Amino acid sequence: MSAVAGANPRNFELLPKGDANGGELLEISMGPHHPSTHGVFRMDVVLDGEKVVKLKPVFGYLHRNHEKIAEGTSYLASMPYTDRLDYFCSMTNNWAYALSVEKLAGLTVPERAEYIRVIMAELTRVLNHICLIGFFVQDMGALGTPLMYAFRERERILDLFEELTGARMMCNYLRFGGVRCDVSESWLKRAGEEVVKLESFMDEFEQLVAQNEIVMARTQGIGVLPRELAINASITGPMLRASGVNYDVRKVDKYGIYDRFEFKIPLGEHGDLYDRYMIRVLEMRESVKILKQALRDIPDGPIMDSKAKLRGFRPKPGEAYGRIESPKGELGFYLISDGSPNPYRYRVRPPSFINLTILEDMCLGQRVADAVIILGSVDIVLGEVDR
Amino acid sequence: MVESLDQLFVNLKHWALGFLPEALQPLVSAVLSIVPLVAVFGGLFAIVTIFERKGLGRIQNRYGPNRVGIPFTDIRLAGFGQFIPDGIKALIKEDVVPRAADKVVHFLAPVVLLIPVLLTYAVLPIGRNMTVVDFDAGVLFFFSVGAAVEISVFMAGWSSRNKYSLLGAMRGIAQMISYEIPLILSAVTVIMLVGSLKTSDIVAAQAGFTAGLPNWFVLTPWGFAGFVMFLIAALAESNRAPFDLPEAESELIAGYFTEYSGFKFALFFLGEYLGMFAIIGLGITLFLGGWHAPFPFLTWVPSYVWFMTKLLAIVFFFIWVRGTLPRLRMDQLMSFAWKFMIPMALINLVVAAVWHFMAGTGAARWVVCALLIAGPYVLLGRGLMENKHLGKRTYRFAD
Repeated sequence: MSAVAGANPRNFELLPKGDANGGELLEISMGPHHPSTHGVFRMDVVLDGEKVVKLKPVFGYLHRNHEKIAEGTSYLASMPYTDRLDYFCSMTNNWAYALSVEKLAGLTVPERAEYIRVIMAELTRVLNHICLIGFFVQDMGALGTPLMYAFRERERILDLFEELTGARMMCNYLRFGGVRCDVSESWLKRAGEEVVKLESFMDEFEQLVAQNEIVMARTQGIGVLPRELAINASITGPMLRASGVNYDVRKVDKYGIYDRFEFKIPLGEHGDLYDRYMIRVLEMRESVKILKQALRDIPDGPIMDSKAKLRGFRPKPGEAYGRIESPKGELGFYLISDGSPNPYRYRVRPPSFINLTILEDMCLGQRVADAVIILGSVDIVLGEVDR
Repeated sequence: MVESLDQLFVNLKHWALGFLPEALQPLVSAVLSIVPLVAVFGGLFAIVTIFERKGLGRIQNRYGPNRVGIPFTDIRLAGFGQFIPDGIKALIKEDVVPRAADKVVHFLAPVVLLIPVLLTYAVLPIGRNMTVVDFDAGVLFFFSVGAAVEISVFMAGWSSRNKYSLLGAMRGIAQMISYEIPLILSAVTVIMLVGSLKTSDIVAAQAGFTAGLPNWFVLTPWGFAGFVMFLIAALAESNRAPFDLPEAESELIAGYFTEYSGFKFALFFLGEYLGMFAIIGLGITLFLGGWHAPFPFLTWVPSYVWFMTKLLAIVFFFIWVRGTLPRLRMDQLMSFAWKFMIPMALINLVVAAVWHFMAGTGAARWVVCALLIAGPYVLLGRGLMENKHLGKRTYRFAD
């Protein structure tokens, strides 16, 4: 046993000798191992009865030095590592990284590859939102039934990914100037069938959850994120749109070939939990629309830019910022090249991390049970928050 | 034949007692009542845990336990043997007691939970002539002993020296005390109409059939309202979803038994399920005709079979609710109890009195009583929801 002075386990004192709150408030450390903090996240909550008076998010338990490691290795070697950022959506992470490298090196992407990227990104969006709404209702205490329904659909999408890329979650599928391997006719046919099934799932899930009295009582008017605060805190993604701000990188930047598809951006009005939930449901329906168009229109052709080379890849000195609308918000990669095979600077703009900054503002004055579902509605993945 | 099957266990006991000297008979009689009761409901607990896991599994689009049979043999029971390894696991697991816990109180809490719960079974009429202690204040005894469960919750929450336990205990006590009021008030209607607190009298008052339907209290306006309120309050009393806030997993890990492991945890689990069976049993006695058959042509089925069938049916309903609904928030739960359940229970008392005094007026009393319940129900519901602005929303879309 350790010989540290005063570390005798028999003598330790648990009762506080007068805490900073005058003994009136209860300070709870929720996490890092707690059933519903979505990974190794900790909330230092000060409670007055059940009401939250102070909340401090604590993270960094999953810090892996992602950015520095990427600066020490070649551009391509970082591609599989981006899978591990937001491990629910490896495809969109790949795309954001590929997009910034393509900007840096001036590569173009063939038509067919662009369509495949859109299909993958939208499938990922559906996948992420399905998981999110499942976990969200789980956090409300619905004992896994909605979660299991959601995971049934997720499995089907993961099967599609597995058939195409060989991996279910860590797909490592995109390459600079294209994608790693071509999709087959049979895969496209199967994807089309799965997309149709997704629609009926959404109808079923809406019946189960969206009109439930308890869900409405728990979510409407709770955890409101005002429009101004959302803009000032540079919140992006469904969180921002639930507060009524029309901002979607797919529409603003029209990166890839998003200008060719017919889809709309659902906007919330109240910015509360119910809006954040419903925006995601509606976004999934829009994604299904995009998927149907993409699967219908996908042309034949090459899947890699002929100029792109995997070995000896040295972009000219310069800098580039590529951003996409990932399911969680604006995911950007900022790269500086000094002409060497490694990036000089590699920086990730993680949407979950920035969306998490206003957690305390949303939770203050709410109950502790609400704090849990407010955290759930932010949609964080600790792999991306801590990097 | 039918008669002897119905009275099989009663006769068996009297036959066994006949071999004993007079002086020993009261003691042995008590043992012969208690041991089968504990064994039967303990066995029911084991079966219902599997039933619940399988049922929840099916609701959740998975199988649930479907492999385990009897350990160390080749007998497979499609998962119904699961409780045996579960029990062995609970027994041989390390019993972790937090170093800062109040060890005596920590140890006593599960015991204090189990004893009052078992005591409540004394007054439940499980079949014809099958009440352990059929005394005049039966229902009163049930509620007063059942209320002791709150002490156990408080002991567990306080002695664990864990903030989650404390919060869970705070919630648990507030919830149990609040829901005890509508629970008792809805039971009082039956006592008013029957004029007795004796459980066997209450069952006897629901005997017979009118126009092919049983004379159960649930088939009257006040009885139906009372039964619905009783079920809701029973869900809350037994800490089941959607009222499982004291052990809300997503917020409080496991609530007041966060710091319990091994067999003490199993005792909490057992106590909770036995408490649920007891309260459902009382609900059956009060509103669902006790051990009486639902149809005249089924009266040949033994009375205890009917009691158990009704019990399992309501347990299944509880499992179904658990697999479907999310959890309420603490303040919503309390306001539901105090602003809706208690006023409705008080109104229901008046309705039961009106029903009594309008006896012999035929259809008129049905109409009057139904209106007296439906009117306040609609008004109260509207009034409570008025300034909450809950409802479906429409969303705008930007291009």
